[in-house]
Amino acid sequence: MNDSIRAQFPILHQSVNGKPLIYFDNAATSQKPLAVINAIKDYYEQYNSNIHRGAHHLAQLATEKYENARTAVAQHINASEHEINFVRGTTEAVNLVATSYGRKFIKAGDEIIVSEMEHHSNIVPWQMLCEEKRATLRVIPINDAGEIIFEEYLKLLSEKTKIVSIAYISNAIGSIHPVKEVISEAHKVGAVVFIDGAQALPHKKVDVKDLDCDFLGFSGHKVFAGTGIGILYGKAELLEAMNPYMGGGEMIKSVSFAGTTYNDLPFKFEAGTPHIEGGISLGAAINYINEIGLDKIASYEDELLAYGTEKFLEVEGLRIVGTAKNKASVISFLVNNIHMNDIGILLNEQGIAIRIGHHCCQPLMDRLKIEGTCRASFAFYNTKEEIDATVNALKRIVKRLS
Amino acid sequence: MQKSITEIENEIVEDFNLFDEREDKIDYLIDLGKKLPHINSKYMLDDFLVKGCQSKVWLHAYEKDGKIFFEADSDSVITKGIIALLIKVLSGQSPTDIINNNLEFINRIELQSFLTSKRSNGLNSMIVKMKAYASAFA
Repeated sequence: MNDSIRAQFPILHQSVNGKPLIYFDNAATSQKPLAVINAIKDYYEQYNSNIHRGAHHLAQLATEKYENARTAVAQHINASEHEINFVRGTTEAVNLVATSYGRKFIKAGDEIIVSEMEHHSNIVPWQMLCEEKRATLRVIPINDAGEIIFEEYLKLLSEKTKIVSIAYISNAIGSIHPVKEVISEAHKVGAVVFIDGAQALPHKKVDVKDLDCDFLGFSGHKVFAGTGIGILYGKAELLEAMNPYMGGGEMIKSVSFAGTTYNDLPFKFEAGTPHIEGGISLGAAINYINEIGLDKIASYEDELLAYGTEKFLEVEGLRIVGTAKNKASVISFLVNNIHMNDIGILLNEQGIAIRIGHHCCQPLMDRLKIEGTCRASFAFYNTKEEIDATVNALKRIVKRLS
Repeated sequence: MQKSITEIENEIVEDFNLFDEREDKIDYLIDLGKKLPHINSKYMLDDFLVKGCQSKVWLHAYEKDGKIFFEADSDSVITKGIIALLIKVLSGQSPTDIINNNLEFINRIELQSFLTSKRSNGLNSMIVKMKAYASAFA
């Protein structure tokens, strides 16, 4: 990757505390290319208007752009347009499925399976559902490298299993789970599978037909689009069978006090005026990454990960948390007994942005017997030079603090 | 003779003003943290933890001749540096002085700018806890 890509991201070209910004917090949120920024700007400058019902030019234009974004997402993940529901993000996607699918189909004694390394967003909605339905949440254990133990997963599966919900890629330590195998095993016992794709979509091609997942959720802001927009993909027959999540405008066919009929997919799950410019920004982001090519992005990020892993380990006393064989471009680490906060603060002094803490994965941290990690997560606009600068900064920090 | 809170605050501000570079100010904070003696291990219990800090902060206070004395520790060196400043200012003062002081030096040395947002909440928690101890002894 080269300067022409970095030139597309205006935010990267600034100084923080007198040093050039190095942005290594991509797993928290990604930066936005001009294509996305301009899409949002154009929307407000040229055709802002409410969609789907307006009988005027601007409304037609906005509707077209918004629906084009849906088409772009559908093509990107190999789904049909009516299976693509705009939501606020991955968290809402999980909650929507837990509520609309779960309330209708989960009964007392049923079992839901998640992994030990899920984000809280992929744990708590299922806990709430289990509590309400007197169902049981089962947890796939992980090994010390941060990989799910597949044999243990197979042992958890039974005719009681109704839902399996797992991340494609761990946000905290980058492990890539064998989701295709997880899905096919779940289907053997008749369970449906939700894939938390939040960390996967920015890094790799996700094909819902190839995976055969039943649901997939992801967030726009992690995939170079604006905040507050995300996608819930669901197989049409499942979405059809579910009750609406929220009532309101858009999601109805007709309303009377005698009874209301709901709109068809995907509008059934899109009550209220949607996040129009968010959806449009997501379409622009998807088009942007497809122009570069996800294969190219993935192989460059693998290169960054391999280089970064080698370089980070040069820092005395540094250990990498999460050493799965199959890993995305995330390096979670700790250094000796230096507190992660001190590392975060001192890197920030050098203009380097990382994340510290439990990364919304407290059960994972409990399993690893740590309170949290420092996490550097790379995107395709990052460079080896930035990794070198960070490693040099870390070496100085270790010297200063020991 | 114990210096007044304001006198100590002025000294801290002067110390920080000696450094032009942010980096040197942080180094000074790290030094203060390293030099602060460890708290007696009998106080390193959950009961003495200050809630709301991302790093662990143990705080203990006792009263002697009408003055309040603080001892504290943390697993983060920078946090310890901040605690060292608070102890410098508040330890050995009367409960009334501790409760009524609004610790202006924090803004004067722009301490917040060295902290992540979570940490400034932690700073606030420490101050609240120290004042609560003072109230208990008042």
